Amino acid sequence: MANPAVLDFPAYYALIALQADYAAALDAGEWERWPEFFLDDCVYTLQPRENYDRGLPLATIALESKGMLLDRVYGIRETLFHDPYYQRHVTGLPLIRGMEGDTILTETSYAVFRTKQDQLSEVMNVGRYLDRVQPTGSGLKFAARLCVFDSEMIPNSVIYPI
Amino acid sequence: MDSTTAAPATRAWQDDGSSRVPFSVYTSADLHRRELERFFYRGHWNYVGLSAEIPAPGDFKRTLIGERSVLLVRDQDGGINVVENVCAHRGVSFCRERFGNKRNFRCPYHQWNYDLKGNLIGLPFRRGVRQDGKTNGGMPADFTLEEHGLTKLAVAVRHGVVFASFDPAVESLEAFLGPAVLGYFDRVFDGRELKVLGYSKQRIPGNWKLMQENIKDPYHPGLLHSWFVTFGLWRADQRSEMVTDAHGRHACMISRRNEGGASEVTQGVASFKEKMTLHDDRILDVVPEDWWGGPSVVMMTLFPGLIIQQQVNSLSTRHIQPDGPDHFNFVWTHFGFADDTPEMERRRLRQANLFGPAGLVSADDGEVIELSQVGFRQKPDAATYAELDGRGTGGADHMVTETLIRSMYAYWRRVMEV
Ligand SMILES: [Fe+2]
Repeated sequence: MANPAVLDFPAYYALIALQADYAAALDAGEWERWPEFFLDDCVYTLQPRENYDRGLPLATIALESKGMLLDRVYGIRETLFHDPYYQRHVTGLPLIRGMEGDTILTETSYAVFRTKQDQLSEVMNVGRYLDRVQPTGSGLKFAARLCVFDSEMIPNSVIYPI
Repeated sequence: MDSTTAAPATRAWQDDGSSRVPFSVYTSADLHRRELERFFYRGHWNYVGLSAEIPAPGDFKRTLIGERSVLLVRDQDGGINVVENVCAHRGVSFCRERFGNKRNFRCPYHQWNYDLKGNLIGLPFRRGVRQDGKTNGGMPADFTLEEHGLTKLAVAVRHGVVFASFDPAVESLEAFLGPAVLGYFDRVFDGRELKVLGYSKQRIPGNWKLMQENIKDPYHPGLLHSWFVTFGLWRADQRSEMVTDAHGRHACMISRRNEGGASEVTQGVASFKEKMTLHDDRILDVVPEDWWGGPSVVMMTLFPGLIIQQQVNSLSTRHIQPDGPDHFNFVWTHFGFADDTPEMERRRLRQANLFGPAGLVSADDGEVIELSQVGFRQKPDAATYAELDGRGTGGADHMVTETLIRSMYAYWRRVMEV
């Protein structure tokens, strides 16, 4: 391929379908589906932009395997007390940053709105996904999804995945 | 009581004790202003940062004491200064970056220039502007640079932790903490070089004192936080100790980890999950460190605005920044030590998943604080009931107690004179 950062349309379509499906699963509260978007050996982080830009390693959530994602789901379902809320993702179109073998490197803006019962909807978290997406026998999977958020203050807490 | 002369909040205290805090203590704008004045701006040391955050001359960090913006800056001599972020000329909050490096501070409005100690070193047109053989304008003859510097705060640096005070008459930091609390402070900060791992920031819609209370409350972790109980990190039958200073304002909650699993204390605890196992247990890969000297958890509350966390291998400072009576910003600075192995740094970062605004044993603290504030607003004439283990104050040798909360409010009442 002359320009390795250009996908043909079926490949790009598969990528945006993955992003759309991911957002739909989270917005529907289907937490059990969340780890299934990832490889067994994966990375998921939710990190303030300040830390990312300054090279500071701390992330608000830092998971290093599908097992850790499953444990987070258990925490959401069973152990973390929280005020229930809906979330709604609006995800931009992925920008292809490059390829490493058949792994696609992409960057995608997102905004997540939170709606609590009896309250107005509010902007909860705004940022970008930095993804490494891997083709597998069962479709595209995230090898890494880094959510780097601009939002200076987390409105109290983040319980559900972004 | 004469209701026309007594302040409403004064009237609301039912007795001379500190176990029944009127809900209005968490919502009153008048009391909030008095708290800022008496706790954050007078007579107390307030945390501003770690010296590792500003390692080089000219490095600065912008932060808050109470609701006032201040700059923590290292000068050319290597000293640490704290100055208020308000220009002496027209009050501009001149520094907008949160971190950076400068040779001096210049206000953008009229270019008044300050050195890194906060001294005014120059300003345009001080001696006027010559035009057509005469001098126009200029500052009055009695103007001096010395009189128009930034507000300079008292500074205390102990083992890499920086505190400041607007009150030049504040006692020494060591006297302020008292010997028992100072001992636990030095346990974490023994002079080793610190390494900042990063920040987390959350805005919690609740009164700032609720976060102090939360970390003076050993009653809740084994109940609210299922993770703690299930994995033996914190539960009611652990050997533990509650320590406070002579004033009752600061505290340490000290505990030792046990093996977890079911026991007498987990019976009837609704949040206990006996069958809970982890798919990936690296999050609980705890390795004891020599400097612990026994306890696996020491949570310190330094009044009014700082929490120092050691929860197994995870370390942080948590800075309480009030914003009116109904909100505070909560800034976490996670750190390790410069001589940590890469494995230990990785471990600290992994365990950080338990803490912070998404933490498996911290996110719910913010959630319940928010809901307390809702209740306080709804029922202004009511009061809390913090009488677990009696109505007394002081330390304890177990965790089935609310004594540290009562100790804090006894101190609060004395200083606030309500
Ligand atoms: Fe807690």
